[in-house]
Amino acid sequence: MKSDHKETVDLTQTFDVLVIGGGNAALCAAMTAREAGASVLVLESAPRHFRGGNSRHTRNLRYLHESGNDFLTGPYPEDEFWDDLLRVTGGQTDEPLARLTIRESNDVGKWMEEHGCHFQPPLRGTLHLGRTNAHFLGGGKALMNAYYVTAHRLGVEVLYDAEVHDLKMNDGEFSSAGFRSNGDSRTVRAKTVVVASGGFQANLSWLKEYWGEAVDNFIIRGSPYDKGQVLRVLLDRGVKPVGDPRQCHAIALDARAPKFDAGIVSRLDSVSFGIMVNKHANRFYDEGEDFWPKRYAIWGRLVAHQPDQIAYSIIDSKSIDLFMPSVFPPIEADSIKDLAVKLELDPSALEETVTRFNQSIGPGTFDYSILDDCETVGLEIPKSHWARPLDTPPIYGYPLRPGITFTYYGVTVNERARVIMENNQPSPNIFAAGEIMSGNILGKGYLAGFGMTIGTVWGRIAGKEAAGYACGAA
Amino acid sequence: MHVERLEPSTDILKESERVMRICNACRYCEGLCAVFPAMERRRTFTGKDLKYLANLCHNCRGCYYACQYAPPHEFALNIPKTFAELRLETYREFTWPGFLAGLFQRNGFKVSLITVLSVALVVLLTFSLKGVSGVFSVYQGENAFYRVIPYLLIVIPVSALGLYILAALLAAAVRFWRETGGQLSELFDPIANGQAVWDALRLKYLDGGGYGCNYPDERFSMARRWYHHFMFYGFMLCLASTTVAAVYHHFLNWNAPYPFWSWPVVLGTVGGLALLLGTGGLFYLKRRMDTEPAAPTAFPMDVGLLVVLFLTSLTGLLLLVLRDTPAMGALLAVHLGLVVGFFITLPYGKFVHAVYRYAALVRNALEESGEEH
Repeated sequence: MKSDHKETVDLTQTFDVLVIGGGNAALCAAMTAREAGASVLVLESAPRHFRGGNSRHTRNLRYLHESGNDFLTGPYPEDEFWDDLLRVTGGQTDEPLARLTIRESNDVGKWMEEHGCHFQPPLRGTLHLGRTNAHFLGGGKALMNAYYVTAHRLGVEVLYDAEVHDLKMNDGEFSSAGFRSNGDSRTVRAKTVVVASGGFQANLSWLKEYWGEAVDNFIIRGSPYDKGQVLRVLLDRGVKPVGDPRQCHAIALDARAPKFDAGIVSRLDSVSFGIMVNKHANRFYDEGEDFWPKRYAIWGRLVAHQPDQIAYSIIDSKSIDLFMPSVFPPIEADSIKDLAVKLELDPSALEETVTRFNQSIGPGTFDYSILDDCETVGLEIPKSHWARPLDTPPIYGYPLRPGITFTYYGVTVNERARVIMENNQPSPNIFAAGEIMSGNILGKGYLAGFGMTIGTVWGRIAGKEAAGYACGAA
Repeated sequence: MHVERLEPSTDILKESERVMRICNACRYCEGLCAVFPAMERRRTFTGKDLKYLANLCHNCRGCYYACQYAPPHEFALNIPKTFAELRLETYREFTWPGFLAGLFQRNGFKVSLITVLSVALVVLLTFSLKGVSGVFSVYQGENAFYRVIPYLLIVIPVSALGLYILAALLAAAVRFWRETGGQLSELFDPIANGQAVWDALRLKYLDGGGYGCNYPDERFSMARRWYHHFMFYGFMLCLASTTVAAVYHHFLNWNAPYPFWSWPVVLGTVGGLALLLGTGGLFYLKRRMDTEPAAPTAFPMDVGLLVVLFLTSLTGLLLLVLRDTPAMGALLAVHLGLVVGFFITLPYGKFVHAVYRYAALVRNALEESGEEH
């Protein structure tokens, strides 16, 4: 394929703005800084094919808009946006920064389109997000492709396979970055740096500091290039951390998925149609607590706390066609007992669990479009909705493991995207955007498409502020 | 006549099934074209489904560049390439008569060879008929062409070939339709055909969701769609030219050659120029294309048709320019030879994509309308 970027970059110059990272936040920062007149170098640790960080796996962006448009079915005002954020974070958010994020996202779709983004109206599977979230035609990788084309046209320079491992800092002021490129150690000087290098979900040894050996049973659904080296360097150099290091976006995904980078297709939507059991064939949480889109992101954590970090979703033939098809076919059997054998569970234990579950189901009318009245009675772990007996063969099972999409732990920033040092003073020329600072706004929980909101809004703030500082200081 | 059908290899069907299964759990591409909504109407993919979907694919390549699972990701999804390979095998499978299916192997070479032989045959016949001096004489006025090659010697073989082509293409369409699971009556559903014609005439699904296809490289471009339009409508104008000329000849008793400002010549000239531009442009793009999302085996077949169409059009235009010179006789022979070669190879080369693509569009229209109800 023909390269649309220069292979070599003149590293003897001092760049106005160095952007570390190659995802949505990084590109938004790079394009904004370049448009403000700054010279910009982007160092992306991934090779070209895997550029874009976790943005590669996204598909939409949530933004404030007072009225609907070609791609959004109606208005999404600030108060509703704020309420949604407050609900998912349980109040673990910095209100001024969160409100700033929401306000700065106002009609950001227009800016995105001016920078090459193509939107599409929501279809089938994502209709529930049709009012609040704008969908990228072709998904996040297509968006990243468009942004790279635009950045290149604007004159942003990009190096791939460029993994930053060191930052020269003095009293919170950045002067140069060391990085490895094609096996060589190299240095680049810049007046400012925007750190948009994501979280550390792909750094298994770092995850083990908090989760122990259980990490060996985690699947990293996000980008394998988010190793958090730059985050670690910043924290070691006295930048103030934010967020709970144990927090991560963790869903329950198919245990047969590849260890890294499986993205959207590894998820399974079968959970609320049947029961979930652990390796002892016991249920451990209410599968019908709420609508699946509101609950899917808690199951990673739930499975992570089960022995050996494994669980099994079990449904019967009544439900097999009611959810999105899976990449890996279900394990199929004619009876609960046979399925237990195939899943390597204790057959009598599973039979007992299913029998108790089936017998505890009261009368009700199954309706998946509402919180229906099919519930269990008398179980210590109830199933509140959509409880139907598992009695119609074939019986199907899916093995599930915790799947980590991204982490929340990051660096503290102020409203101008400057990182805050341990002494509570902002750095003059270090800025952060995207996942690496999302912990300021998302203390926990998640809103669909909000990671892209944070990346876009804070990428633009960081790019503008960095260019302003670099060009003003020149 | 019963001929053993050539089923696509299990490898390519397996790979197509794997790709669709992963895609159907993702669905990010659903806004790009008709293939993904058609995929979402299914949960599992049999050979019938896959052959239909592969022929519904217009090869715009949008899904390859948008795909988070494209190689070198370990899922290694490459729909344009996978479906191009499956399409080629369906061309062999549905060919009528079946014993000619082998023509789809090393197709570029075989099409070239047949075309060259056709030209040689017509040229040889012409020289044996008229002698060297007869061929290189100047012929002017009414029936000038037919004084080189008699009218019936042109019309009878070419008409017979035309009828044969129609029969072969229709048989292929019917085979495709049956094999992909349709009632024959549905193929002629007027509303679905109306929609399919409208989709085909606009090349709707080469618009990649509104921004063009990713061809010849990652960037969005309408170039391929435009060149294809030039080729298609140029071809249609040439057909119209021939039809008008036949009407003049048989009903108005007005015989070729016609003056420049006459319908047959104007239609033929504009059509011929459009064909040159279209086929030349498509060839130019093909030489520059990113080969990752392409099936290497499809390249010679695609180029074969482009070259034959280009040369046919070029010799036709030269014939117009040089018809009053001693070169006319030889040019006429070469041009007719190319037409004969084009006609013979038409049901056994790239041209057939139009038949299966159209039938797939009819099925797509039927499925879409069935879904609304």
